[in-house]
Amino acid sequence: MSVTWWGVLGTSAIAFALKYLGHCLPEKYLAYPLAQRVNTLIPVALLSALVATQTFTDENRLLIDHRSVGVAMAAIALLLRAPFPIVVISSALTSALLYHFI
Amino acid sequence: MPVVSDTTNSTLRDSLSVSLTVGAYGIAFGAASVAAGFSVLQSCLLSLLTFSGASQFAVIGVIGSGGSALTGIATASLLGLRNGLYGVRMAPILKVMGIKRVLAAHVTIDESTGVALMQEARGEKAMRLGFWATGWGVFLFWNLFTLAGALGAQAMGNPAAWGLDAAVPAAFLGLVWPRLDSGRTTLLALSAIALSIALTPFLPAGLPITLTAFLALAFGLARK
Repeated sequence: MSVTWWGVLGTSAIAFALKYLGHCLPEKYLAYPLAQRVNTLIPVALLSALVATQTFTDENRLLIDHRSVGVAMAAIALLLRAPFPIVVISSALTSALLYHFI
Repeated sequence: MPVVSDTTNSTLRDSLSVSLTVGAYGIAFGAASVAAGFSVLQSCLLSLLTFSGASQFAVIGVIGSGGSALTGIATASLLGLRNGLYGVRMAPILKVMGIKRVLAAHVTIDESTGVALMQEARGEKAMRLGFWATGWGVFLFWNLFTLAGALGAQAMGNPAAWGLDAAVPAAFLGLVWPRLDSGRTTLLALSAIALSIALTPFLPAGLPITLTAFLALAFGLARK
Protein backbone atom coordinates (compact mmCIF):
# COMPACT_ATOMS: atom_id res chain seq x y z
CA MET A 1 0.00 0.00 0.00
CA SER A 2 1.31 3.46 -0.88
CA VAL A 3 2.22 6.24 1.57
CA THR A 4 -0.85 8.25 0.55
CA TRP A 5 -3.24 5.34 1.18
CA TRP A 6 -1.69 4.71 4.61
CA GLY A 7 -2.13 8.42 5.31
CA VAL A 8 -5.80 8.45 4.27
CA LEU A 9 -6.82 5.30 6.15
CA GLY A 10 -4.63 5.81 9.25
CA THR A 11 -5.72 9.42 9.72
CA SER A 12 -9.38 8.53 9.23
CA ALA A 13 -9.31 5.60 11.67
CA ILE A 14 -7.63 7.60 14.43
CA ALA A 15 -9.78 10.71 13.80
CA PHE A 16 -12.95 8.69 14.32
CA ALA A 17 -11.53 6.79 17.32
CA LEU A 18 -10.68 10.08 19.07
CA LYS A 19 -14.14 11.55 18.42
CA TYR A 20 -15.93 8.38 19.57
CA LEU A 21 -13.74 7.97 22.65
CA GLY A 22 -14.69 11.51 23.71
CA HIS A 23 -18.38 10.61 23.61
CA CYS A 24 -17.72 7.61 25.87
CA LEU A 25 -15.68 9.38 28.58
CA PRO A 26 -17.39 10.82 31.67
CA GLU A 27 -17.57 14.61 31.79
CA LYS A 28 -15.25 14.83 34.81
CA TYR A 29 -12.29 14.48 32.39
CA LEU A 30 -13.05 18.01 31.23
CA ALA A 31 -12.18 19.24 34.71
CA TYR A 32 -8.39 18.85 34.32
CA PRO A 33 -7.11 22.36 33.59
CA LEU A 34 -3.82 21.10 32.13
CA ALA A 35 -5.70 18.98 29.55
CA GLN A 36 -7.80 22.03 28.64
CA ARG A 37 -4.77 24.31 28.25
CA VAL A 38 -2.69 21.85 26.24
CA ASN A 39 -5.73 21.09 24.06
CA THR A 40 -6.00 24.72 22.98
CA LEU A 41 -2.22 25.11 22.58
CA ILE A 42 -1.51 22.02 20.43
CA PRO A 43 -3.26 23.40 17.29
CA VAL A 44 -1.40 26.73 17.68
CA ALA A 45 2.00 24.97 17.72
CA LEU A 46 1.29 22.46 14.93
CA LEU A 47 -0.46 24.88 12.58
CA SER A 48 2.33 27.45 13.01
CA ALA A 49 4.95 24.80 12.28
CA LEU A 50 2.97 23.76 9.19
CA VAL A 51 2.87 27.37 7.97
CA ALA A 52 6.63 27.70 8.43
CA THR A 53 7.68 24.41 6.84
CA GLN A 54 5.25 24.65 3.91
CA THR A 55 6.43 28.20 3.21
CA PHE A 56 10.20 28.06 3.69
CA THR A 57 11.27 24.44 3.17
CA ASP A 58 11.39 21.81 0.45
CA GLU A 59 12.17 18.35 1.87
CA ASN A 60 15.27 19.14 3.98
CA ARG A 61 16.25 22.43 2.32
CA LEU A 62 15.43 25.93 3.49
CA LEU A 63 14.55 28.38 0.72
CA ILE A 64 12.66 31.56 -0.07
CA ASP A 65 10.66 31.39 -3.30
CA HIS A 66 7.30 32.40 -4.81
CA ARG A 67 5.46 30.64 -1.96
CA SER A 68 6.94 32.96 0.68
CA VAL A 69 5.54 36.00 -1.11
CA GLY A 70 2.17 34.26 -1.53
CA VAL A 71 1.97 33.54 2.20
CA ALA A 72 3.00 37.13 3.00
CA MET A 73 0.01 38.19 0.89
CA ALA A 74 -2.19 35.87 2.98
CA ALA A 75 -0.91 37.56 6.16
CA ILE A 76 -1.80 40.97 4.72
CA ALA A 77 -5.28 39.72 3.80
CA LEU A 78 -5.74 38.39 7.36
CA LEU A 79 -4.58 41.72 8.84
CA LEU A 80 -7.25 43.38 6.68
CA ARG A 81 -9.77 40.89 8.16
CA ALA A 82 -10.50 39.24 4.80
CA PRO A 83 -12.62 36.06 4.88
CA PHE A 84 -10.86 32.69 4.57
CA PRO A 85 -11.50 32.06 0.81
CA ILE A 86 -10.12 35.52 -0.06
CA VAL A 87 -7.03 34.82 2.05
CA VAL A 88 -6.34 31.58 0.20
CA ILE A 89 -7.14 32.90 -3.29
CA SER A 90 -5.11 36.12 -2.96
CA SER A 91 -2.15 34.08 -1.77
CA ALA A 92 -2.44 31.60 -4.65
CA LEU A 93 -2.75 34.40 -7.25
CA THR A 94 0.32 36.23 -5.91
CA SER A 95 2.38 33.07 -5.82
CA ALA A 96 1.28 32.00 -9.34
CA LEU A 97 2.10 35.43 -10.81
CA LEU A 98 5.62 35.31 -9.34
CA TYR A 99 6.08 31.73 -10.51
CA HIS A 100 5.34 32.74 -14.09
CA PHE A 101 7.22 36.02 -14.26
CA ILE A 102 10.34 35.41 -12.17
CA MET B 1 -46.20 28.17 19.17
CA PRO B 2 -44.46 31.08 17.45
CA VAL B 3 -41.80 31.37 20.18
CA VAL B 4 -40.62 27.79 19.69
CA SER B 5 -40.52 28.02 15.90
CA ASP B 6 -38.65 31.34 16.11
CA THR B 7 -35.98 29.66 18.23
CA THR B 8 -35.82 26.70 15.84
CA ASN B 9 -35.51 29.00 12.85
CA SER B 10 -32.71 31.08 14.39
CA THR B 11 -30.80 27.92 15.31
CA LEU B 12 -31.22 26.52 11.80
CA ARG B 13 -30.12 29.86 10.32
CA ASP B 14 -26.92 29.74 12.42
CA SER B 15 -26.32 26.17 11.26
CA LEU B 16 -26.91 26.90 7.59
CA SER B 17 -24.65 29.96 7.43
CA VAL B 18 -21.82 28.12 9.18
CA SER B 19 -22.32 25.02 6.98
CA LEU B 20 -22.12 27.00 3.76
CA THR B 21 -19.16 29.23 4.63
CA VAL B 22 -17.10 26.46 6.23
CA GLY B 23 -18.16 23.89 3.65
CA ALA B 24 -16.87 26.15 0.88
CA TYR B 25 -13.33 25.84 2.30
CA GLY B 26 -13.56 22.27 1.06
CA ILE B 27 -12.66 23.57 -2.39
CA ALA B 28 -9.27 24.70 -1.04
CA PHE B 29 -8.76 21.31 0.58
CA GLY B 30 -9.69 19.31 -2.54
CA ALA B 31 -7.35 21.38 -4.70
CA ALA B 32 -4.50 21.29 -2.18
CA SER B 33 -4.87 17.54 -1.70
CA VAL B 34 -4.59 16.76 -5.41
CA ALA B 35 -1.69 19.23 -5.68
CA ALA B 36 0.05 17.32 -2.85
CA GLY B 37 -0.10 14.09 -4.86
CA PHE B 38 -3.29 12.50 -3.51
CA SER B 39 -5.84 11.14 -6.02
CA VAL B 40 -9.35 12.58 -6.38
CA LEU B 41 -10.71 9.42 -4.69
CA GLN B 42 -8.25 9.71 -1.77
CA SER B 43 -9.06 13.41 -1.33
CA CYS B 44 -12.79 12.67 -1.20
CA LEU B 45 -12.25 9.77 1.22
CA LEU B 46 -10.31 12.07 3.56
CA SER B 47 -13.25 14.49 3.62
CA LEU B 48 -15.80 11.68 4.03
CA LEU B 49 -13.95 9.61 6.64
CA THR B 50 -11.53 11.90 8.50
CA PHE B 51 -13.90 14.90 8.30
CA SER B 52 -11.77 17.35 10.28
CA GLY B 53 -10.28 20.20 8.24
CA ALA B 54 -7.04 20.89 10.09
CA SER B 55 -6.18 17.16 10.33
CA GLN B 56 -6.87 16.67 6.62
CA PHE B 57 -4.68 19.62 5.61
CA ALA B 58 -1.95 18.33 7.96
CA VAL B 59 -1.77 14.81 6.54
CA ILE B 60 -1.67 15.98 2.91
CA GLY B 61 0.79 18.75 3.81
CA VAL B 62 3.24 16.46 5.58
CA ILE B 63 3.06 13.58 3.08
CA GLY B 64 2.99 15.98 0.11
CA SER B 65 6.27 17.55 1.22
CA GLY B 66 8.00 14.19 1.49
CA GLY B 67 7.12 13.14 5.05
CA SER B 68 6.37 9.53 6.00
CA ALA B 69 2.86 8.19 6.51
CA LEU B 70 3.61 7.89 10.23
CA THR B 71 4.57 11.55 10.76
CA GLY B 72 1.59 12.60 8.63
CA ILE B 73 -0.81 10.50 10.70
CA ALA B 74 0.79 11.63 13.98
CA THR B 75 0.48 15.34 13.14
CA ALA B 76 -3.11 14.91 11.92
CA SER B 77 -4.06 12.91 15.01
CA LEU B 78 -2.57 15.46 17.44
CA LEU B 79 -4.75 18.05 15.72
CA GLY B 80 -7.74 15.69 16.07
CA LEU B 81 -7.34 15.39 19.86
CA ARG B 82 -9.53 18.43 20.43
CA ASN B 83 -12.49 16.69 18.74
CA GLY B 84 -12.27 14.11 21.55
CA LEU B 85 -12.67 16.88 24.12
CA TYR B 86 -15.65 18.25 22.20
CA GLY B 87 -17.16 14.75 22.44
CA VAL B 88 -16.76 14.78 26.22
CA ARG B 89 -18.58 18.13 26.29
CA MET B 90 -21.38 17.16 23.86
CA ALA B 91 -22.23 13.60 25.05
CA PRO B 92 -24.23 14.66 28.16
CA ILE B 93 -26.24 17.12 26.03
CA LEU B 94 -26.91 14.75 23.11
CA LYS B 95 -27.65 11.67 25.29
CA VAL B 96 -27.44 9.19 22.39
CA MET B 97 -26.29 5.56 22.24
CA GLY B 98 -25.54 2.93 19.58
CA ILE B 99 -25.62 3.97 15.94
CA LYS B 100 -26.76 7.50 16.84
CA ARG B 101 -23.64 7.90 18.98
CA VAL B 102 -21.51 6.78 16.02
CA LEU B 103 -23.24 9.35 13.81
CA ALA B 104 -22.83 12.07 16.45
CA ALA B 105 -19.15 11.23 16.97
CA HIS B 106 -18.38 11.45 13.25
CA VAL B 107 -19.61 15.07 13.03
CA THR B 108 -18.07 16.19 16.34
CA ILE B 109 -15.90 19.03 15.02
CA ASP B 110 -15.13 22.71 15.79
CA GLU B 111 -18.22 24.02 14.00
CA SER B 112 -20.93 21.62 15.26
CA THR B 113 -19.71 22.00 18.85
CA GLY B 114 -19.33 25.77 18.42
CA VAL B 115 -22.87 26.31 17.11
CA ALA B 116 -24.31 23.97 19.80
CA LEU B 117 -22.58 25.91 22.59
CA MET B 118 -23.76 29.22 21.05
CA GLN B 119 -27.36 28.02 21.57
CA GLU B 120 -26.91 27.52 25.32
CA ALA B 121 -29.31 30.38 26.17
CA ARG B 122 -32.00 28.79 23.97
CA GLY B 123 -31.95 25.50 25.90
CA GLU B 124 -30.72 21.93 25.39
CA LYS B 125 -33.16 21.18 22.59
CA ALA B 126 -31.75 24.07 20.53
CA MET B 127 -28.20 22.93 21.36
CA ARG B 128 -28.95 19.44 20.03
CA LEU B 129 -30.56 20.85 16.89
CA GLY B 130 -27.60 23.19 16.33
CA PHE B 131 -25.15 20.30 16.72
CA TRP B 132 -26.88 17.90 14.32
CA ALA B 133 -27.83 20.51 11.70
CA THR B 134 -24.38 22.09 11.66
CA GLY B 135 -22.49 18.78 11.80
CA TRP B 136 -24.28 17.21 8.85
CA GLY B 137 -24.68 20.53 7.01
CA VAL B 138 -20.91 21.09 7.05
CA PHE B 139 -20.45 17.42 6.11
CA LEU B 140 -22.62 17.81 3.00
CA PHE B 141 -21.02 21.03 1.71
CA TRP B 142 -17.46 20.12 2.76
CA ASN B 143 -17.64 16.90 0.72
CA LEU B 144 -19.28 18.49 -2.34
CA PHE B 145 -16.70 21.30 -2.40
CA THR B 146 -13.83 18.85 -1.84
CA LEU B 147 -14.87 16.96 -4.96
CA ALA B 148 -15.14 20.22 -6.95
CA GLY B 149 -11.70 21.39 -5.76
CA ALA B 150 -10.06 18.03 -6.44
CA LEU B 151 -11.49 17.78 -9.96
CA GLY B 152 -10.51 21.40 -10.64
CA ALA B 153 -6.92 20.86 -9.51
CA GLN B 154 -6.68 17.66 -11.53
CA ALA B 155 -7.68 19.60 -14.65
CA MET B 156 -5.14 22.34 -13.89
CA GLY B 157 -1.97 20.23 -13.89
CA ASN B 158 1.18 21.82 -12.38
CA PRO B 159 0.13 23.04 -8.89
CA ALA B 160 2.85 25.72 -8.64
CA ALA B 161 1.64 27.37 -11.87
CA TRP B 162 -1.70 28.02 -10.15
CA GLY B 163 -0.27 29.02 -6.79
CA LEU B 164 -1.63 25.93 -5.06
CA ASP B 165 1.72 25.34 -3.32
CA ALA B 166 1.24 28.69 -1.55
CA ALA B 167 -2.48 28.12 -0.93
CA VAL B 168 -1.76 25.30 1.55
CA PRO B 169 0.44 27.31 3.98
CA ALA B 170 -1.97 30.24 3.47
CA ALA B 171 -4.81 27.96 4.61
CA PHE B 172 -2.81 26.93 7.70
CA LEU B 173 -2.15 30.60 8.44
CA GLY B 174 -5.88 31.29 8.15
CA LEU B 175 -6.61 28.42 10.57
CA VAL B 176 -4.08 29.52 13.20
CA TRP B 177 -4.76 33.29 12.96
CA PRO B 178 -7.93 33.44 15.12
CA ARG B 179 -6.15 31.38 17.81
CA LEU B 180 -3.44 34.01 18.32
CA ASP B 181 -5.55 35.87 20.85
CA SER B 182 -2.95 36.47 23.56
CA GLY B 183 0.76 37.21 23.97
CA ARG B 184 1.23 33.63 25.16
CA THR B 185 -0.25 31.96 22.07
CA THR B 186 1.64 34.35 19.78
CA LEU B 187 4.89 33.49 21.56
CA LEU B 188 4.08 29.79 21.19
CA ALA B 189 3.38 30.27 17.46
CA LEU B 190 6.70 32.06 16.94
CA SER B 191 8.57 29.39 18.95
CA ALA B 192 6.95 26.63 16.87
CA ILE B 193 7.96 28.41 13.65
CA ALA B 194 11.57 28.79 14.87
CA LEU B 195 11.85 25.19 16.12
CA SER B 196 10.38 23.59 13.00
CA ILE B 197 12.63 25.66 10.69
CA ALA B 198 15.72 24.95 12.81
CA LEU B 199 15.11 21.17 12.82
CA THR B 200 14.21 20.87 9.12
CA PRO B 201 17.77 20.30 7.77
CA PHE B 202 18.43 17.52 10.30
CA LEU B 203 15.25 15.45 10.57
CA PRO B 204 12.99 13.57 8.12
CA ALA B 205 10.30 15.84 6.59
CA GLY B 206 7.24 16.17 8.79
CA LEU B 207 8.92 15.22 12.08
CA PRO B 208 9.89 18.85 12.97
CA ILE B 209 6.17 19.69 12.80
CA THR B 210 5.08 16.83 15.05
CA LEU B 211 7.76 17.68 17.62
CA THR B 212 6.33 21.17 18.18
CA ALA B 213 3.51 19.45 20.11
CA PHE B 214 6.06 19.24 22.96
CA LEU B 215 6.32 23.05 22.86
CA ALA B 216 2.55 23.20 23.38
CA LEU B 217 2.91 20.82 26.34
CA ALA B 218 5.75 22.94 27.82
CA PHE B 219 3.69 26.13 27.45
CA GLY B 220 0.71 24.39 29.05
CA LEU B 221 2.81 23.21 32.01
CA ALA B 222 4.40 26.66 32.44
CA ARG B 223 0.92 28.22 32.84
CA LYS B 224 1.41 31.99 32.64
